[in-house]
Amino acid sequence: MASFFSDTYLGIALVIIGQILLVLLPLLVAQAFIMLAERKIWAAVQLRRGPNVVGAFGLLQSFADFLKYIVKEVVFPAGADRFVFILAPIISAVMALVAWAVIPFGENLVVANINVAILYVLAISSMEVYGVIMGGWASNSKYPFLGSLRSAAQMISYEVSIGLIIIGVIISSGSMNFGHIVDAQKGSYGLFSWYWLPHFPMLFLFFISALAETNRPPFDLPEAESELVAGYQVEYSSTPFVLFFLGELVAMTLMCALVSLLFFGGWLSPVPGLPDGLLWMLLKMVIVFFCFSMVKAITPRYRYDQLMRLGWKVFLPMSLVWVVFVAFAAKFDWLWGTYARWAVGG
Amino acid sequence: MSVLQDLLREYLPILVFLAVAVVIAIALAASAILIAVRNPDPEKVSAYECGFNAFDDARMKFDIRFYLVSILFIIFDLEIAFLFPWATAFKDISMVGFWSMMIFLGVLTIGFAYEWKKGALEWE
Repeated sequence: MASFFSDTYLGIALVIIGQILLVLLPLLVAQAFIMLAERKIWAAVQLRRGPNVVGAFGLLQSFADFLKYIVKEVVFPAGADRFVFILAPIISAVMALVAWAVIPFGENLVVANINVAILYVLAISSMEVYGVIMGGWASNSKYPFLGSLRSAAQMISYEVSIGLIIIGVIISSGSMNFGHIVDAQKGSYGLFSWYWLPHFPMLFLFFISALAETNRPPFDLPEAESELVAGYQVEYSSTPFVLFFLGELVAMTLMCALVSLLFFGGWLSPVPGLPDGLLWMLLKMVIVFFCFSMVKAITPRYRYDQLMRLGWKVFLPMSLVWVVFVAFAAKFDWLWGTYARWAVGG
Repeated sequence: MSVLQDLLREYLPILVFLAVAVVIAIALAASAILIAVRNPDPEKVSAYECGFNAFDDARMKFDIRFYLVSILFIIFDLEIAFLFPWATAFKDISMVGFWSMMIFLGVLTIGFAYEWKKGALEWE
């Protein structure tokens, strides 16, 4: 029996598909509760109750919404390029989902344990821009077109600083594999061994860039309701809209996972002595997600020129200087070698 | 052969993952097209506008600055692509490797300062 799963092609394929579903299904179900949690958090900040009708405490609200979307009409606007119009949300959702192939949830708890994991995540998340720009162009409507241009410019601007921040972490850990990066954060001081302490300013830069990269408030300029109605999503209805929405949520969850892996030690326990494991990873992701939600609840929206200035004139120089600083610190052993804790062969 | 097999073992799950994700996304998109009632009329499918008919085609001219931003993005993304292998092999590189990357970054910083001074990053 064991040889069937390790030797035959069918067996290997079945194991892979099983692993993938084990990641994808909880991820998709989790999006329903993430949406609900977000609405509950905003409601609590604004002293409202939030959704509380469908199911106990409104727990089934997202599922009801989903069913309603499925029975809604798919409207193809006049003059739209139908193929590109329907392809855009599919690309958006697929690219957001596929990035999860390399995200580990525990030691060796990963679908594809590749050496260039971070590069893969960066490459895949830049592909999400295509979904946005294709959706805006194919709609043949002015608001989606302008919204998609803005959205694309915003996403690529902040990708630069995200890339540079990740370079700093790679210099410190000496590997692009998430497992090695987490191993490099293992230390005898528990949570004070993690990278958030030596890379402290970059933690904030990464968090804010992640908000901009996923078009989250206060940087939700593409869908600024007051001027562009809903950006590139204006003409979308029914499940194509759900796919865009899902893509955005999954990308946001991915950013939560990246923050916990790169800066908060992934599945490592914050207190020395306690066992490491999946639960720590999930707990850290939930905490980061809570911060994302609170930012949305309490900050006003940026203006577009302010957004671009922040990205190019503040974040880019800061992260560039930080890369140089980390490189010098790691090469010349500044600060007791804090910046050179290599996981492999160091 | 064994190198290829290792490569396959590492990357095959990603390919299967892509296939599964595509199936899920297409199934979602197709479900509404198949299930939901479709009853288009000219008013419903007309492009969204604020209470009047759209003047012309929406694929119009747009601000040159969006183009400029994407050019700048390519420069800096290439720079980051150069940095990735350097950062991964950081513990093994010699002083020559270290300083040549620093010079490379310095040259790029001069270019960045020039762009800044020329006003390529302004956005009024």
